[in-house]
Amino acid sequence: MPTDSLFRRVDAEGGRLITLTFNDQAFQVPSGLTVAAALLLAGVRQFRTSPVGGEARAPYCMMGVCFECLVEIDGVPSRQSCLIEAADGMRIRSQQGARELPFTAAEAVVMEVQP
Amino acid sequence: MNLEPVDVVVIGAGPAGMAGARTLADLGLSVVLLDEQAAVGGQIYRGIASASATRRTLLGPDYAAGAHLAESVKGATVRHETGASVWQVTRERQVHYLKDGRVRSFAAKAVLLATGAMERPFPIPGWTLPGVMTAGAAQILLKTAGIGPQGPVVLAGCGPLLYLLGWQYLRAGIPIAALVDTSRREDYWRARGHLLAALRAWPYLRKGVSLLRALRKGEVPHYTGAEQLQVDGEGQAQALSFVVDGQSHRLPANTVLLHQGVVPNIQFTQALRAQHRWDDAQLCFVPETDQWGALDVPFISVAGDGAGIGGAQAAALQGQLAALGLARTLGQLTPAQRDAQATPLRAELERNLRIRPFLDALYRPREENRIPARDDVTICRCEEVTAGDVRRFVELGCSGPNQAKSFGRCGMGPCQGRMCGLTVTEIIAKSRGLTPDEVGYYRIRPPIKPITLGELASG
Repeated sequence: MPTDSLFRRVDAEGGRLITLTFNDQAFQVPSGLTVAAALLLAGVRQFRTSPVGGEARAPYCMMGVCFECLVEIDGVPSRQSCLIEAADGMRIRSQQGARELPFTAAEAVVMEVQP
Repeated sequence: MNLEPVDVVVIGAGPAGMAGARTLADLGLSVVLLDEQAAVGGQIYRGIASASATRRTLLGPDYAAGAHLAESVKGATVRHETGASVWQVTRERQVHYLKDGRVRSFAAKAVLLATGAMERPFPIPGWTLPGVMTAGAAQILLKTAGIGPQGPVVLAGCGPLLYLLGWQYLRAGIPIAALVDTSRREDYWRARGHLLAALRAWPYLRKGVSLLRALRKGEVPHYTGAEQLQVDGEGQAQALSFVVDGQSHRLPANTVLLHQGVVPNIQFTQALRAQHRWDDAQLCFVPETDQWGALDVPFISVAGDGAGIGGAQAAALQGQLAALGLARTLGQLTPAQRDAQATPLRAELERNLRIRPFLDALYRPREENRIPARDDVTICRCEEVTAGDVRRFVELGCSGPNQAKSFGRCGMGPCQGRMCGLTVTEIIAKSRGLTPDEVGYYRIRPPIKPITLGELASG
Protein backbone atom coordinates (compact mmCIF):
# COMPACT_ATOMS: atom_id res chain seq x y z
CA MET A 1 0.00 0.00 0.00
CA PRO A 2 1.50 3.36 -0.96
CA THR A 3 2.15 5.65 1.97
CA ASP A 4 2.32 8.91 0.00
CA SER A 5 -1.38 9.61 0.22
CA LEU A 6 -2.97 12.15 -2.09
CA PHE A 7 -5.13 13.23 0.87
CA ARG A 8 -4.52 14.58 4.32
CA ARG A 9 -6.66 15.54 7.27
CA VAL A 10 -7.45 19.23 7.52
CA ASP A 11 -8.88 19.07 11.04
CA ALA A 12 -8.11 16.88 14.02
CA GLU A 13 -11.65 15.61 14.43
CA GLY A 14 -12.86 12.05 14.43
CA GLY A 15 -13.06 9.31 16.97
CA ARG A 16 -10.47 6.84 18.24
CA LEU A 17 -8.17 5.08 15.81
CA ILE A 18 -9.37 1.85 14.29
CA THR A 19 -7.34 -0.75 12.41
CA LEU A 20 -8.32 -2.08 9.01
CA THR A 21 -6.49 -4.13 6.42
CA PHE A 22 -6.29 -3.54 2.70
CA ASN A 23 -4.96 -6.53 0.74
CA ASP A 24 -3.65 -7.91 4.07
CA GLN A 25 -1.72 -4.75 4.98
CA ALA A 26 -2.90 -3.15 8.21
CA PHE A 27 -3.45 0.59 8.60
CA GLN A 28 -5.09 2.90 11.09
CA VAL A 29 -7.64 5.66 10.53
CA PRO A 30 -9.93 7.65 12.82
CA SER A 31 -13.34 6.06 13.26
CA GLY A 32 -16.36 7.61 11.60
CA LEU A 33 -15.05 7.57 8.01
CA THR A 34 -16.53 5.66 5.12
CA VAL A 35 -14.38 2.79 3.86
CA ALA A 36 -13.64 4.79 0.70
CA ALA A 37 -12.49 7.85 2.67
CA ALA A 38 -10.39 5.63 4.94
CA LEU A 39 -8.64 3.99 1.99
CA LEU A 40 -7.97 7.32 0.25
CA LEU A 41 -6.58 8.81 3.47
CA ALA A 42 -4.37 5.75 3.94
CA GLY A 43 -2.85 6.28 0.50
CA VAL A 44 -4.71 3.69 -1.55
CA ARG A 45 -4.90 5.09 -5.07
CA GLN A 46 -6.27 2.17 -7.00
CA PHE A 47 -9.36 0.45 -5.60
CA ARG A 48 -9.93 -2.03 -8.40
CA THR A 49 -9.29 -2.78 -12.04
CA SER A 50 -12.08 -2.56 -14.58
CA PRO A 51 -13.63 -5.79 -15.86
CA VAL A 52 -13.25 -5.08 -19.58
CA GLY A 53 -9.92 -3.34 -20.08
CA GLY A 54 -8.21 -3.93 -16.73
CA GLU A 55 -7.90 -0.18 -16.15
CA ALA A 56 -7.04 1.22 -12.73
CA ARG A 57 -10.08 2.77 -11.05
CA ALA A 58 -10.77 4.71 -7.86
CA PRO A 59 -13.74 6.55 -6.33
CA TYR A 60 -15.28 9.21 -8.58
CA CYS A 61 -18.57 10.38 -7.01
CA MET A 62 -18.39 9.40 -3.29
CA MET A 63 -22.19 9.33 -3.17
CA GLY A 64 -23.19 5.87 -4.31
CA VAL A 65 -23.81 6.68 -7.96
CA CYS A 66 -20.72 5.70 -9.98
CA PHE A 67 -19.82 2.28 -8.48
CA GLU A 68 -16.10 2.96 -9.10
CA CYS A 69 -15.28 2.38 -5.41
CA LEU A 70 -16.33 -1.29 -5.38
CA VAL A 71 -14.14 -3.44 -3.12
CA GLU A 72 -14.42 -6.71 -1.25
CA ILE A 73 -15.22 -6.20 2.44
CA ASP A 74 -14.98 -9.13 4.88
CA GLY A 75 -15.29 -11.60 2.03
CA VAL A 76 -18.29 -9.96 0.35
CA PRO A 77 -17.40 -8.66 -3.12
CA SER A 78 -18.68 -5.56 -4.95
CA ARG A 79 -19.45 -3.44 -1.88
CA GLN A 80 -19.88 0.31 -2.42
CA SER A 81 -17.13 1.51 -0.12
CA CYS A 82 -18.34 5.13 -0.20
CA LEU A 83 -21.60 4.11 1.51
CA ILE A 84 -20.19 1.84 4.22
CA GLU A 85 -18.72 3.08 7.47
CA ALA A 86 -15.30 1.69 8.30
CA ALA A 87 -15.30 -0.59 11.36
CA ASP A 88 -12.43 -1.89 13.46
CA GLY A 89 -10.99 -5.10 12.05
CA MET A 90 -12.54 -4.82 8.58
CA ARG A 91 -10.68 -6.82 5.95
CA ILE A 92 -10.79 -5.03 2.63
CA ARG A 93 -9.49 -6.32 -0.68
CA SER A 94 -9.21 -4.69 -4.07
CA GLN A 95 -11.21 -6.19 -6.88
CA GLN A 96 -9.35 -7.27 -10.00
CA GLY A 97 -11.43 -7.27 -13.15
CA ALA A 98 -14.79 -8.95 -13.01
CA ARG A 99 -15.57 -10.22 -9.55
CA GLU A 100 -15.00 -13.92 -9.14
CA LEU A 101 -18.27 -15.75 -9.05
CA PRO A 102 -18.32 -18.62 -6.61
CA PHE A 103 -21.33 -19.89 -8.60
CA THR A 104 -23.59 -20.54 -5.69
CA ALA A 105 -27.11 -19.33 -6.27
CA ALA A 106 -27.14 -17.33 -3.06
CA GLU A 107 -24.19 -15.24 -4.18
CA ALA A 108 -24.96 -14.41 -7.78
CA VAL A 109 -25.52 -10.72 -8.26
CA VAL A 110 -28.84 -9.88 -9.87
CA MET A 111 -28.21 -7.39 -12.60
CA GLU A 112 -30.26 -6.21 -15.46
CA VAL A 113 -29.64 -8.31 -18.53
CA GLN A 114 -32.34 -7.31 -20.96
CA PRO A 115 -31.74 -4.70 -23.63
CA MET B 1 -42.99 -11.15 1.65
CA ASN B 2 -43.93 -9.12 4.71
CA LEU B 3 -45.40 -5.74 3.75
CA GLU B 4 -45.51 -3.26 6.58
CA PRO B 5 -48.30 -0.68 6.19
CA VAL B 6 -47.47 3.02 6.48
CA ASP B 7 -49.07 6.26 5.36
CA VAL B 8 -46.10 7.76 3.52
CA VAL B 9 -42.63 6.54 2.61
CA VAL B 10 -40.18 9.37 1.91
CA ILE B 11 -37.08 8.34 -0.04
CA GLY B 12 -34.00 10.48 0.49
CA ALA B 13 -33.06 12.45 3.60
CA GLY B 14 -31.72 15.61 1.96
CA PRO B 15 -33.43 18.98 2.35
CA ALA B 16 -36.55 18.00 0.34
CA GLY B 17 -36.97 14.67 2.13
CA MET B 18 -36.32 16.06 5.60
CA ALA B 19 -38.71 18.99 5.18
CA GLY B 20 -41.33 16.80 3.50
CA ALA B 21 -41.17 14.09 6.17
CA ARG B 22 -41.41 16.68 8.95
CA THR B 23 -44.45 18.33 7.38
CA LEU B 24 -46.22 15.00 6.78
CA ALA B 25 -45.58 13.88 10.36
CA ASP B 26 -46.79 17.20 11.75
CA LEU B 27 -50.03 16.66 9.84
CA GLY B 28 -50.58 13.41 11.72
CA LEU B 29 -49.49 10.91 9.09
CA SER B 30 -47.21 7.96 9.83
CA VAL B 31 -43.95 8.58 7.97
CA VAL B 32 -40.91 6.45 7.21
CA LEU B 33 -37.83 8.23 5.90
CA LEU B 34 -35.48 5.91 3.99
CA ASP B 35 -31.91 6.90 3.16
CA GLU B 36 -28.69 5.13 2.19
CA GLN B 37 -26.49 7.19 4.47
CA ALA B 38 -25.84 6.71 8.18
CA ALA B 39 -27.36 10.10 9.02
CA VAL B 40 -29.74 12.69 7.60
CA GLY B 41 -28.50 15.55 5.41
CA GLY B 42 -28.39 14.17 1.89
CA GLN B 43 -25.34 15.26 -0.09
CA ILE B 44 -25.68 19.01 0.44
CA TYR B 45 -25.80 18.70 4.24
CA ARG B 46 -23.87 15.46 4.43
CA GLY B 47 -22.47 14.78 7.90
CA ILE B 48 -24.30 17.82 9.29
CA ALA B 49 -25.38 16.05 12.48
CA SER B 50 -21.84 15.02 13.40
CA ALA B 51 -19.85 17.99 12.06
CA SER B 52 -18.25 20.06 14.81
CA ALA B 53 -18.64 23.82 15.06
CA THR B 54 -15.15 24.21 13.59
CA ARG B 55 -15.97 22.14 10.54
CA ARG B 56 -19.29 23.91 10.04
CA THR B 57 -17.52 27.28 10.13
CA LEU B 58 -14.97 26.09 7.61
CA LEU B 59 -17.67 24.84 5.25
CA GLY B 60 -19.61 28.10 5.50
CA PRO B 61 -23.04 29.36 6.58
CA ASP B 62 -25.00 27.64 3.79
CA TYR B 63 -23.85 24.26 5.05
CA ALA B 64 -24.39 25.12 8.71
CA ALA B 65 -27.97 26.16 7.84
CA GLY B 66 -28.79 22.47 7.32
CA ALA B 67 -28.39 21.77 11.04
CA HIS B 68 -31.76 23.36 11.76
CA LEU B 69 -33.49 21.12 9.24
CA ALA B 70 -31.75 18.02 10.61
CA GLU B 71 -32.82 18.92 14.15
CA SER B 72 -36.42 19.51 13.07
CA VAL B 73 -36.75 16.06 11.54
CA LYS B 74 -35.24 14.48 14.64
CA GLY B 75 -37.84 16.20 16.79
CA ALA B 76 -40.73 14.91 14.68
CA THR B 77 -42.38 11.52 14.83
CA VAL B 78 -40.58 10.41 11.69
CA ARG B 79 -39.18 6.89 11.59
CA HIS B 80 -35.78 7.33 9.95
CA GLU B 81 -34.24 4.15 8.54
CA THR B 82 -30.51 4.65 7.94
CA GLY B 83 -28.38 2.52 5.65
CA ALA B 84 -31.53 1.71 3.70
CA SER B 85 -30.92 1.07 0.03
CA VAL B 86 -34.23 1.24 -1.85
CA TRP B 87 -34.10 -1.08 -4.85
CA GLN B 88 -37.71 -0.92 -6.01
CA VAL B 89 -40.75 1.33 -5.84
CA THR B 90 -43.79 -0.04 -7.64
CA ARG B 91 -46.65 1.94 -9.17
CA GLU B 92 -48.81 0.33 -6.46
CA ARG B 93 -46.53 2.01 -3.88
CA GLN B 94 -44.77 -1.03 -2.54
CA VAL B 95 -41.32 0.08 -1.44
CA HIS B 96 -38.61 -2.55 -1.18
CA TYR B 97 -35.27 -1.81 0.42
CA LEU B 98 -32.16 -3.54 1.62
CA LYS B 99 -30.83 -2.97 5.10
CA ASP B 100 -28.17 -4.98 6.94
CA GLY B 101 -28.22 -7.57 4.16
CA ARG B 102 -31.97 -8.16 4.47
CA VAL B 103 -34.87 -7.11 2.27
CA ARG B 104 -37.72 -5.25 3.95
CA SER B 105 -40.86 -3.84 2.39
CA PHE B 106 -43.52 -1.25 2.99
CA ALA B 107 -47.01 -0.93 1.57
CA ALA B 108 -47.45 2.85 1.49
CA LYS B 109 -50.54 4.93 0.83
CA ALA B 110 -48.28 7.52 -0.74
CA VAL B 111 -44.61 7.90 -1.69
CA LEU B 112 -42.51 11.06 -1.76
CA LEU B 113 -39.38 10.72 -3.90
CA ALA B 114 -36.63 13.07 -2.78
CA THR B 115 -33.61 11.45 -4.38
CA GLY B 116 -31.98 14.74 -5.31
CA ALA B 117 -29.26 15.37 -7.82
CA MET B 118 -26.02 13.86 -9.00
CA GLU B 119 -23.09 15.40 -10.80
CA ARG B 120 -23.48 15.75 -14.53
CA PRO B 121 -21.15 13.34 -16.33
CA PHE B 122 -17.96 15.07 -17.52
CA PRO B 123 -16.71 12.75 -20.28
CA ILE B 124 -13.25 13.97 -21.31
CA PRO B 125 -10.12 11.96 -22.12
CA GLY B 126 -8.68 10.54 -18.89
CA TRP B 127 -11.72 11.10 -16.66
CA THR B 128 -11.64 7.47 -15.56
CA LEU B 129 -8.11 7.75 -14.10
CA PRO B 130 -7.64 7.42 -10.33
CA GLY B 131 -7.09 10.93 -8.97
CA VAL B 132 -9.96 12.33 -11.04
CA MET B 133 -13.08 12.97 -8.98
CA THR B 134 -16.08 15.21 -9.06
CA ALA B 135 -15.92 18.44 -7.05
CA GLY B 136 -18.92 17.08 -5.17
CA ALA B 137 -16.95 13.96 -4.19
CA ALA B 138 -14.10 16.10 -2.88
CA GLN B 139 -16.58 18.19 -0.92
CA ILE B 140 -18.13 15.06 0.60
CA LEU B 141 -14.65 14.03 1.77
CA LEU B 142 -14.27 17.44 3.38
CA LYS B 143 -17.73 17.37 5.00
CA THR B 144 -17.69 13.83 6.32
CA ALA B 145 -14.03 13.05 6.90
CA GLY B 146 -12.33 16.42 7.15
CA ILE B 147 -9.83 15.38 4.49
CA GLY B 148 -8.59 17.23 1.45
CA PRO B 149 -6.01 16.70 -1.27
CA GLN B 150 -2.34 17.31 -0.76
CA GLY B 151 -0.05 17.75 -3.70
CA PRO B 152 -1.13 19.65 -6.77
CA VAL B 153 -4.92 19.85 -7.16
CA VAL B 154 -6.67 21.47 -10.11
CA LEU B 155 -10.38 22.39 -10.17
CA ALA B 156 -11.89 22.34 -13.64
CA GLY B 157 -15.27 23.04 -15.22
CA CYS B 158 -17.93 25.56 -14.24
CA GLY B 159 -20.73 26.17 -11.79
CA PRO B 160 -21.26 27.44 -8.25
CA LEU B 161 -20.20 24.21 -6.55
CA LEU B 162 -16.75 24.41 -8.17
CA TYR B 163 -16.17 27.90 -6.78
CA LEU B 164 -17.66 27.01 -3.41
CA LEU B 165 -15.28 24.07 -3.07
CA GLY B 166 -12.35 26.33 -4.01
CA TRP B 167 -13.40 28.83 -1.35
CA GLN B 168 -13.72 26.05 1.25
CA TYR B 169 -10.29 24.67 0.32
CA LEU B 170 -8.68 28.07 0.76
CA ARG B 171 -10.35 28.41 4.18
CA ALA B 172 -9.04 24.96 5.10
CA GLY B 173 -5.51 25.92 4.03
CA ILE B 174 -5.47 23.60 1.04
CA PRO B 175 -3.51 25.18 -1.82
CA ILE B 176 -5.14 25.07 -5.27
CA ALA B 177 -2.77 24.81 -8.23
CA ALA B 178 -5.33 26.33 -10.62
CA LEU B 179 -8.99 26.94 -11.34
CA VAL B 180 -9.63 26.01 -14.97
CA ASP B 181 -12.93 27.57 -15.97
CA THR B 182 -14.75 26.27 -19.04
CA SER B 183 -17.20 29.20 -19.12
CA ARG B 184 -16.45 31.94 -21.64
CA ARG B 185 -17.14 35.59 -22.18
CA GLU B 186 -20.07 34.64 -24.47
CA ASP B 187 -21.63 32.84 -21.52
CA TYR B 188 -21.71 36.09 -19.59
CA TRP B 189 -23.35 37.79 -22.57
CA ARG B 190 -25.95 35.05 -22.83
CA ALA B 191 -26.66 35.21 -19.10
CA ARG B 192 -27.07 38.99 -19.21
CA GLY B 193 -30.66 38.64 -20.41
CA HIS B 194 -31.52 37.03 -17.08
CA LEU B 195 -29.57 39.52 -15.01
CA LEU B 196 -32.54 41.64 -13.98
CA ALA B 197 -34.38 38.71 -12.48
CA ALA B 198 -31.16 37.52 -10.90
CA LEU B 199 -30.56 40.90 -9.28
CA ARG B 200 -33.87 40.51 -7.47
CA ALA B 201 -32.31 37.42 -5.93
CA TRP B 202 -29.43 39.64 -4.86
CA PRO B 203 -28.19 37.66 -1.81
CA TYR B 204 -27.51 34.68 -4.07
CA LEU B 205 -25.68 36.76 -6.61
CA ARG B 206 -23.61 38.50 -3.96
CA LYS B 207 -22.67 35.09 -2.61
CA GLY B 208 -21.42 34.00 -6.02
CA VAL B 209 -19.42 37.17 -6.51
CA SER B 210 -17.91 36.97 -3.04
CA LEU B 211 -16.87 33.37 -3.66
CA LEU B 212 -15.06 34.36 -6.83
CA ARG B 213 -13.47 37.35 -5.11
CA ALA B 214 -12.29 35.16 -2.25
CA LEU B 215 -10.82 32.79 -4.79
CA ARG B 216 -9.03 35.62 -6.56
CA LYS B 217 -7.70 36.97 -3.27
CA GLY B 218 -6.34 33.55 -2.56
CA GLU B 219 -4.25 34.19 -5.68
CA VAL B 220 -5.33 31.03 -7.38
CA PRO B 221 -4.31 30.98 -11.05
CA HIS B 222 -7.62 31.27 -12.92
CA TYR B 223 -7.96 30.25 -16.58
CA THR B 224 -11.24 31.07 -18.35
CA GLY B 225 -12.68 29.78 -21.58
CA ALA B 226 -10.69 26.55 -21.36
CA GLU B 227 -11.30 24.03 -24.16
CA GLN B 228 -10.12 20.53 -25.08
CA LEU B 229 -9.71 19.42 -21.47
CA GLN B 230 -7.79 16.20 -21.05
CA VAL B 231 -6.41 14.41 -18.00
CA ASP B 232 -3.01 12.86 -18.67
CA GLY B 233 -1.52 9.96 -16.75
CA GLU B 234 -0.77 6.24 -16.64
CA GLY B 235 -2.89 4.52 -14.00
CA GLN B 236 -3.06 7.80 -12.08
CA ALA B 237 -3.81 11.42 -12.98
CA GLN B 238 -0.61 13.35 -13.57
CA ALA B 239 -1.67 16.53 -15.36
CA LEU B 240 -4.58 18.45 -16.82
CA SER B 241 -4.11 19.70 -20.39
CA PHE B 242 -6.31 22.31 -22.02
CA VAL B 243 -6.35 25.12 -24.57
CA VAL B 244 -7.18 28.80 -23.94
CA ASP B 245 -7.40 31.16 -26.94
CA GLY B 246 -5.49 28.70 -29.07
CA GLN B 247 -2.67 28.33 -26.56
CA SER B 248 -2.01 24.93 -24.98
CA HIS B 249 -1.47 24.54 -21.25
CA ARG B 250 -0.45 21.54 -19.18
CA LEU B 251 -0.70 21.74 -15.40
CA PRO B 252 0.77 18.96 -13.26
CA ALA B 253 -1.91 17.58 -10.91
CA ASN B 254 -2.36 14.38 -8.91
CA THR B 255 -5.92 15.35 -8.11
CA VAL B 256 -8.23 16.76 -10.77
CA LEU B 257 -11.68 17.80 -9.53
CA LEU B 258 -14.29 18.12 -12.28
CA HIS B 259 -17.66 19.81 -12.15
CA GLN B 260 -20.18 21.10 -14.69
CA GLY B 261 -23.35 21.29 -12.68
CA VAL B 262 -25.71 18.73 -11.24
CA VAL B 263 -28.66 16.94 -12.83
CA PRO B 264 -31.77 15.28 -11.38
CA ASN B 265 -31.42 11.68 -10.26
CA ILE B 266 -34.33 10.18 -12.19
CA GLN B 267 -33.77 6.46 -11.61
CA PHE B 268 -37.00 6.00 -9.64
CA THR B 269 -39.24 8.26 -11.72
CA GLN B 270 -37.95 6.53 -14.87
CA ALA B 271 -38.44 3.05 -13.38
CA LEU B 272 -42.02 4.08 -12.47
CA ARG B 273 -42.58 4.97 -16.15
CA ALA B 274 -43.60 8.49 -15.17
CA GLN B 275 -43.72 11.06 -17.97
CA HIS B 276 -40.42 12.95 -18.46
CA ARG B 277 -39.38 15.81 -20.68
CA TRP B 278 -36.06 17.26 -21.80
CA ASP B 279 -35.30 20.59 -20.12
CA ASP B 280 -33.21 22.51 -22.63
CA ALA B 281 -32.17 25.21 -20.13
CA GLN B 282 -30.78 22.64 -17.68
CA LEU B 283 -29.82 20.10 -20.35
CA CYS B 284 -31.36 17.11 -18.61
CA PHE B 285 -34.53 15.05 -18.33
CA VAL B 286 -37.00 16.05 -15.62
CA PRO B 287 -40.18 14.25 -14.53
CA GLU B 288 -43.47 15.98 -15.39
CA THR B 289 -45.26 17.06 -12.21
CA ASP B 290 -48.13 19.30 -11.18
CA GLN B 291 -47.60 22.25 -8.83
CA TRP B 292 -47.52 19.87 -5.84
CA GLY B 293 -44.79 17.70 -7.32
CA ALA B 294 -47.29 14.92 -8.11
CA LEU B 295 -46.28 12.58 -10.94
CA ASP B 296 -48.72 11.10 -13.42
CA VAL B 297 -48.56 8.00 -11.18
CA PRO B 298 -51.27 8.19 -8.46
CA PHE B 299 -50.13 9.00 -4.92
CA ILE B 300 -46.47 9.38 -5.90
CA SER B 301 -44.80 12.78 -5.79
CA VAL B 302 -41.30 14.11 -6.26
CA ALA B 303 -39.65 17.07 -4.53
CA GLY B 304 -36.29 18.81 -4.65
CA ASP B 305 -33.56 18.59 -7.26
CA GLY B 306 -34.93 15.27 -8.51
CA ALA B 307 -37.70 17.28 -10.19
CA GLY B 308 -35.32 19.86 -11.71
CA ILE B 309 -32.35 21.68 -10.23
CA GLY B 310 -33.33 24.45 -7.82
CA GLY B 311 -30.85 24.15 -4.97
CA ALA B 312 -31.14 23.22 -1.30
CA GLN B 313 -33.42 26.00 -0.08
CA ALA B 314 -35.87 25.52 -2.94
CA ALA B 315 -35.75 21.76 -2.28
CA ALA B 316 -36.85 22.17 1.34
CA LEU B 317 -39.77 24.37 0.24
CA GLN B 318 -40.75 21.91 -2.49
CA GLY B 319 -40.62 19.12 0.10
CA GLN B 320 -43.13 20.97 2.24
CA LEU B 321 -45.38 21.74 -0.75
CA ALA B 322 -45.32 18.12 -1.91
CA ALA B 323 -46.17 17.04 1.64
CA LEU B 324 -49.17 19.37 1.69
CA GLY B 325 -50.28 18.04 -1.69
CA LEU B 326 -50.05 14.42 -0.53
CA ALA B 327 -51.77 15.21 2.76
CA ARG B 328 -54.65 16.66 0.76
CA THR B 329 -54.75 13.60 -1.51
CA LEU B 330 -54.86 11.34 1.55
CA GLY B 331 -57.74 13.36 3.00
CA GLN B 332 -55.70 14.83 5.85
CA LEU B 333 -56.29 18.42 4.72
CA THR B 334 -59.09 20.23 2.92
CA PRO B 335 -58.08 21.99 -0.29
CA ALA B 336 -58.54 25.31 1.51
CA GLN B 337 -56.26 24.28 4.39
CA ARG B 338 -53.65 23.04 1.93
CA ASP B 339 -53.71 26.24 -0.11
CA ALA B 340 -53.57 28.48 2.96
CA GLN B 341 -50.42 26.72 4.18
CA ALA B 342 -48.92 26.65 0.71
CA THR B 343 -49.24 30.34 -0.15
CA PRO B 344 -46.28 31.69 1.85
CA LEU B 345 -44.15 28.68 0.81
CA ARG B 346 -44.88 29.33 -2.85
CA ALA B 347 -43.91 32.98 -2.56
CA GLU B 348 -40.61 32.03 -0.95
CA LEU B 349 -40.00 29.32 -3.55
CA GLU B 350 -40.56 31.82 -6.34
CA ARG B 351 -37.99 34.17 -4.78
CA ASN B 352 -35.55 31.28 -4.47
CA LEU B 353 -35.88 30.19 -8.07
CA ARG B 354 -35.42 33.67 -9.61
CA ILE B 355 -31.66 33.19 -9.83
CA ARG B 356 -31.94 29.90 -11.75
CA PRO B 357 -32.33 31.15 -15.35
CA PHE B 358 -29.24 33.29 -14.79
CA LEU B 359 -27.20 30.42 -13.36
CA ASP B 360 -28.43 27.99 -16.03
CA ALA B 361 -27.40 30.41 -18.78
CA LEU B 362 -24.09 31.43 -17.22
CA TYR B 363 -22.93 27.93 -16.36
CA ARG B 364 -24.40 26.05 -19.30
CA PRO B 365 -21.99 23.14 -19.84
CA ARG B 366 -20.23 23.30 -23.18
CA GLU B 367 -21.22 20.84 -25.84
CA GLU B 368 -17.69 19.46 -26.18
CA ASN B 369 -17.80 18.47 -22.48
CA ARG B 370 -21.15 16.71 -22.89
CA ILE B 371 -20.80 15.18 -26.33
CA PRO B 372 -17.14 14.24 -26.76
CA ALA B 373 -15.83 15.09 -30.24
CA ARG B 374 -13.05 12.54 -29.90
CA ASP B 375 -14.08 8.96 -30.61
CA ASP B 376 -11.73 7.44 -28.01
CA VAL B 377 -13.35 9.06 -24.96
CA THR B 378 -14.93 6.54 -22.59
CA ILE B 379 -18.54 7.46 -21.88
CA CYS B 380 -19.86 4.30 -20.20
CA ARG B 381 -17.28 3.86 -17.44
CA CYS B 382 -18.62 0.47 -16.31
CA GLU B 383 -18.60 -1.34 -19.65
CA GLU B 384 -15.87 0.86 -21.18
CA VAL B 385 -17.86 1.99 -24.19
CA THR B 386 -16.51 5.04 -26.05
CA ALA B 387 -18.23 7.95 -27.78
CA GLY B 388 -17.00 6.50 -31.08
CA ASP B 389 -18.58 3.14 -30.25
CA VAL B 390 -21.98 4.79 -29.77
CA ARG B 391 -21.63 6.73 -33.03
CA ARG B 392 -20.80 3.44 -34.78
CA PHE B 393 -23.88 1.84 -33.19
CA VAL B 394 -25.95 4.64 -34.71
CA GLU B 395 -24.40 4.02 -38.15
CA LEU B 396 -25.40 0.37 -37.78
CA GLY B 397 -29.00 1.36 -37.09
CA CYS B 398 -29.08 1.93 -33.33
CA SER B 399 -31.94 4.35 -32.80
CA GLY B 400 -31.83 5.10 -29.07
CA PRO B 401 -30.22 4.47 -25.68
CA ASN B 402 -32.00 1.15 -25.13
CA GLN B 403 -30.73 -0.26 -28.39
CA ALA B 404 -27.22 0.90 -27.42
CA LYS B 405 -27.40 -1.66 -24.63
CA SER B 406 -27.78 -4.57 -27.02
CA PHE B 407 -25.29 -3.10 -29.49
CA GLY B 408 -22.49 -2.95 -26.95
CA ARG B 409 -23.59 -3.27 -23.32
CA CYS B 410 -23.55 0.51 -22.94
CA GLY B 411 -25.27 1.42 -19.67
CA MET B 412 -25.49 -2.17 -18.44
CA GLY B 413 -22.79 -2.17 -15.77
CA PRO B 414 -23.22 -1.73 -12.01
CA CYS B 415 -24.13 1.99 -12.21
CA GLN B 416 -27.07 1.09 -14.49
CA GLY B 417 -26.55 4.01 -16.80
CA ARG B 418 -26.37 6.72 -14.17
CA MET B 419 -22.95 7.87 -15.38
CA CYS B 420 -23.60 7.66 -19.13
CA GLY B 421 -27.36 8.07 -19.65
CA LEU B 422 -27.39 11.75 -20.56
CA THR B 423 -24.25 11.42 -22.68
CA VAL B 424 -25.66 8.52 -24.68
CA THR B 425 -28.93 10.37 -25.28
CA GLU B 426 -27.12 13.49 -26.46
CA ILE B 427 -24.64 11.63 -28.69
CA ILE B 428 -27.42 9.68 -30.40
CA ALA B 429 -29.60 12.81 -30.74
CA LYS B 430 -26.76 14.74 -32.34
CA SER B 431 -25.75 11.89 -34.64
CA ARG B 432 -29.33 11.36 -35.82
CA GLY B 433 -30.30 15.03 -35.97
CA LEU B 434 -33.09 14.55 -33.44
CA THR B 435 -33.97 16.18 -30.13
CA PRO B 436 -33.13 14.43 -26.83
CA ASP B 437 -36.89 14.10 -26.25
CA GLU B 438 -37.24 12.18 -29.51
CA VAL B 439 -34.32 9.92 -28.66
CA GLY B 440 -35.41 9.33 -25.04
CA TYR B 441 -33.57 7.84 -22.10
CA TYR B 442 -32.62 4.37 -20.90
CA ARG B 443 -35.53 2.22 -19.79
CA ILE B 444 -34.66 1.83 -16.11
CA ARG B 445 -35.70 -1.41 -14.47
CA PRO B 446 -35.49 -2.66 -10.90
CA PRO B 447 -33.42 -3.50 -9.00
CA ILE B 448 -32.38 0.15 -8.85
CA LYS B 449 -29.51 -0.91 -6.61
CA PRO B 450 -27.67 -4.23 -7.00
CA ILE B 451 -28.96 -6.96 -4.73
CA THR B 452 -27.90 -10.59 -4.44
CA LEU B 453 -30.31 -13.47 -4.85
CA GLY B 454 -29.55 -14.45 -1.27
CA GLU B 455 -30.61 -11.02 -0.06
CA LEU B 456 -33.68 -11.12 -2.27
CA ALA B 457 -34.65 -14.46 -0.75
CA SER B 458 -34.30 -13.00 2.76
CA GLY B 459 -37.42 -10.88 2.24
